Amino acid sequence: MGAYLAKRILTMIPTLLGVAVLIFLMLRVVPGDIVELKMRGDGGAPTIQQIEAERARLGLDRPLIAQFGSWMTGLATLDLGTSMWTEKPVTEEIAGRIGLTLQVAVMATIIAILLALPLGTLSALYKDTWVDQAIRIFTIGGLAIPSFWLGMIIILGLLYAFNWIPPMQYVPIWKDPLANLSQLIWPALAVGYRFSAVLARMVRSSIIEVMREDYIRTARAKGVHERLVIARHALRNAMLPAVTVIGLEFAFLIGGLVVTEQVFNLNGLGRLFVQAVSRSDFTLVQGIVMVIALVFIVSNLLVDLAYAWLDPRIRYGGK
Amino acid sequence: MDLAEAAPAADGTDASADAAAPLLSVRDLHVSFHTSRGIVRAVEGISYDVKRGEMLAIVGESGCGKSVSSLAVMGLLTKPSGRVERGQILFEGRDLLKLSDEQMREIRGRDISMIFQEPMTSLNPVLSIGLQVMEPLLIHLSMTEAEARARAVELLTLVGITDPDRRLEQFPHQMSGGMRQRIMIAIGLACNPKLIIADEPTTALDVTIQAQILELMKDLSRRLGIAMVIITHNLGIVARYADRVAVMYAARIVEKGTADDVFLKPRHPYAVGLMRSVPRLDQPRGLRLETIEGLPPDLRNPPKGCRFAPRCPLKLGLCDAEAPQLASVGTGHEAACHRSGDLAAGVKVFEPTPVGESHAIDMTGRPLLAVAHMKKYFDVSRRVSWRKSEKGQVKAVDDVSFAIRRGETLGLVGESGCGKTTIGRTVLRLETPTSGEISFGGSDIAAFSQTDMKPVRRKMQVVFQDPFSSLNPRMTVGQIIAEPMLVHGLVRTDAEAKARIDTYLTRVGLFPYMAERYPHEMSGGQRQRIGIARALAFEPELIVCDEPVSALDVSIQGQVINLLEDLKRQFGLTYLFIAHDLAVVRHISDRIVVMYLGRVMEIADRDELYARPLHPYTQALLDAAPIPDPVAERARKPRALKGEVPSPLNPPKGCVFHTRCPLADDQCRTRIPAARDVLEGHTVACHKV
Repeated sequence: MGAYLAKRILTMIPTLLGVAVLIFLMLRVVPGDIVELKMRGDGGAPTIQQIEAERARLGLDRPLIAQFGSWMTGLATLDLGTSMWTEKPVTEEIAGRIGLTLQVAVMATIIAILLALPLGTLSALYKDTWVDQAIRIFTIGGLAIPSFWLGMIIILGLLYAFNWIPPMQYVPIWKDPLANLSQLIWPALAVGYRFSAVLARMVRSSIIEVMREDYIRTARAKGVHERLVIARHALRNAMLPAVTVIGLEFAFLIGGLVVTEQVFNLNGLGRLFVQAVSRSDFTLVQGIVMVIALVFIVSNLLVDLAYAWLDPRIRYGGK
Repeated sequence: MDLAEAAPAADGTDASADAAAPLLSVRDLHVSFHTSRGIVRAVEGISYDVKRGEMLAIVGESGCGKSVSSLAVMGLLTKPSGRVERGQILFEGRDLLKLSDEQMREIRGRDISMIFQEPMTSLNPVLSIGLQVMEPLLIHLSMTEAEARARAVELLTLVGITDPDRRLEQFPHQMSGGMRQRIMIAIGLACNPKLIIADEPTTALDVTIQAQILELMKDLSRRLGIAMVIITHNLGIVARYADRVAVMYAARIVEKGTADDVFLKPRHPYAVGLMRSVPRLDQPRGLRLETIEGLPPDLRNPPKGCRFAPRCPLKLGLCDAEAPQLASVGTGHEAACHRSGDLAAGVKVFEPTPVGESHAIDMTGRPLLAVAHMKKYFDVSRRVSWRKSEKGQVKAVDDVSFAIRRGETLGLVGESGCGKTTIGRTVLRLETPTSGEISFGGSDIAAFSQTDMKPVRRKMQVVFQDPFSSLNPRMTVGQIIAEPMLVHGLVRTDAEAKARIDTYLTRVGLFPYMAERYPHEMSGGQRQRIGIARALAFEPELIVCDEPVSALDVSIQGQVINLLEDLKRQFGLTYLFIAHDLAVVRHISDRIVVMYLGRVMEIADRDELYARPLHPYTQALLDAAPIPDPVAERARKPRALKGEVPSPLNPPKGCVFHTRCPLADDQCRTRIPAARDVLEGHTVACHKV
């Protein structure tokens, strides 16, 4: 187990390296210059010399290979550099937002699992009855309604019903859990609804498939109670494809929630990312991309570990 | 305890009444499936009894309702589409159809258990063997974990699994098919049931493993007094093991009686046809197989009169008008046929037809295909545990030599994993051999590039085993057959292609209008004919037939075999015929190669091989294959070959067969026997011959 993990963690390095190279090159190809934006943005009229000086200060005048070299040496020492816009270290910029973003993602995932497992299972077992139809309306709704729109409806609903809107100021959960939750539970719900709809559809189809398997018939032929047939024989097998979806969706939630964050006025990673891109803040964009890539890789690893835990064929090497 | 039960007199009468009454009595059972495309009446008015300790076989082709009737007994019909419309299923006097779901659940696995066809998929892949064997004990007998575990060890020992303690910790994928089927039997036996229903229990297994499993089941049923219902299409199994037989056709029982009566005095033309259309090991070959032409009826819209009438050679006007009822044709022997009296009087259903003049084999010239010292190794890496993986090499084909003359049919037999399919693929150059020569039509194609191969491919074609997955579902039948002609430029215009398609469709016994259809609109036998037509469209010299009939029902199997023989004569073809069924191979082949674990064991002319098998493995294979004749079966003493085929990743040293060979000694364990000509044209690789 330990050796396997070590091997998996080592194989992350080339993947991350590939991401680092790609994002570096892509940013240099895309048009847009942070110095121009910064100095001309507010109607300023800088001289060529001023622009050149600023470029030199940010190191943008150095040859590409040199810039790449310092990006790589920085990565090796876990130093993501300084934001070209705010002049603060990139790590600091990200650290300020990642907690909030992670918390919303984790809560949305928990909400999704709690909703999707029972709903998906029920609609599979009562396939083509009114139960299935009702759940289908719920899940299709989740797929069709954009999360940000649902977020707006939630805020408006709260305002209308309780004359109250969620707090705007982020408080870490360990400082004041109540204030924290009363702010973040709403975006988590808005995002989690969509997530649960995706997952419930997956769980439904995978349970329908598993219930047709020969070993389910064997379990019934043994006289196993129908509940146990589902809980012991079907669910574990049906969870395998669902785990993949959970992993992918979770990773997407990191940095993928730009509009929802806007609606709830959350200062999250998604928003930071958009700002960084619109300002051509190379170092910040690179840093955020590396963090998101890391989240994808780690959640993939967790999915693989969950697979091995659920399925002995993977644990012991199938045929 | 109840007073009445305790009284000895009451006890005594009960017991004697029990002994006389059948254990299971199915009365006028009707089952239908309500599908979006109409109501399928899968079982219509069948009745049968099973006595205690008896083995009843239900025989029939796929879709005849044999499995459905048993699932109805278990209360396991697919809901909500499957329904019992009427009838009774009396088990120990209780009507199972009147029980609640919960009462029925208590009977399942406790009093009646079921063994299914596919051991590979019938066990839950994510649960340990131990849990799966212990489950019925925990549910029905309220045992503690420890008691259930002890009983599970006992059960595994009973079904012949060594090292049961360790096996309980393992998972299904760590076991072979034969072992999984033993586990299924152990699960079935767990609560000492009174009845076991086995649905095609050995169809997915190799012939030597099949013999082991059936011997085990027969022995257990005798020792423990368990009644058995065995559902099968394999008449050999019926003849060897069953006490009584019920033959089903299109949802009805057409004949039932003792095994001897049904086999020796069949009184329904379908029963006669079923027995005649399978090639047999114990009868002289040379006659064309007598097959039942046509297909079984669509059960959504069956014929009014006798279901078999459209295919029956003895049909009368009456047969179309009125469905015959089961009527007694002897003591305990019933048949549902208007002409059963004529059959008893000696009317023949089939007139034996000779094969016609035997095809000419070119004995003088060079062989069409000569394979010399061919090897095909696959590199594999296999995870042996959570963190370790092991590099290995599967020697799928190891030093194999044989030759096929023009006009000859060479049979290639062996159990799964013996390398027969790999040989077929390598000869076709779908695989590149690791070493050795493949000379085809005079040139060595072993190292040909894909470009070099293109003109050669036109001359060698293949017919695959699975008629369902080997045809592209998005292409029409016409497009499938036309593709090779267009690729190889055999036709220039569409009209020309169209004419050729019609010709080939007619040649394989289909109709030109079928060219517009898609494969899913055709039956299994028809699809296999399309596969054959596609191969013919290349105008090939050699056709590699890889298990071409093993996915088909017996009556359809006979039709396809006859077709292959006819085409061979018409087009002067040469076949490499790969199969596991010894009787089929014997029927169609001129010469036969017997393989085991990648190596050739024996090569001989067909008659020579079956009359005088020299290699102990060939002898064991022939012994293990049951013959569809109860009298002949009683005269043979079944000897099931011990053990399982070793893993090709780690084949035994010396002779690969020594681990299972009754004659093996030190020499066999250390030295690989060379293939040598023991007699003219009879090659054997064995130290002991």
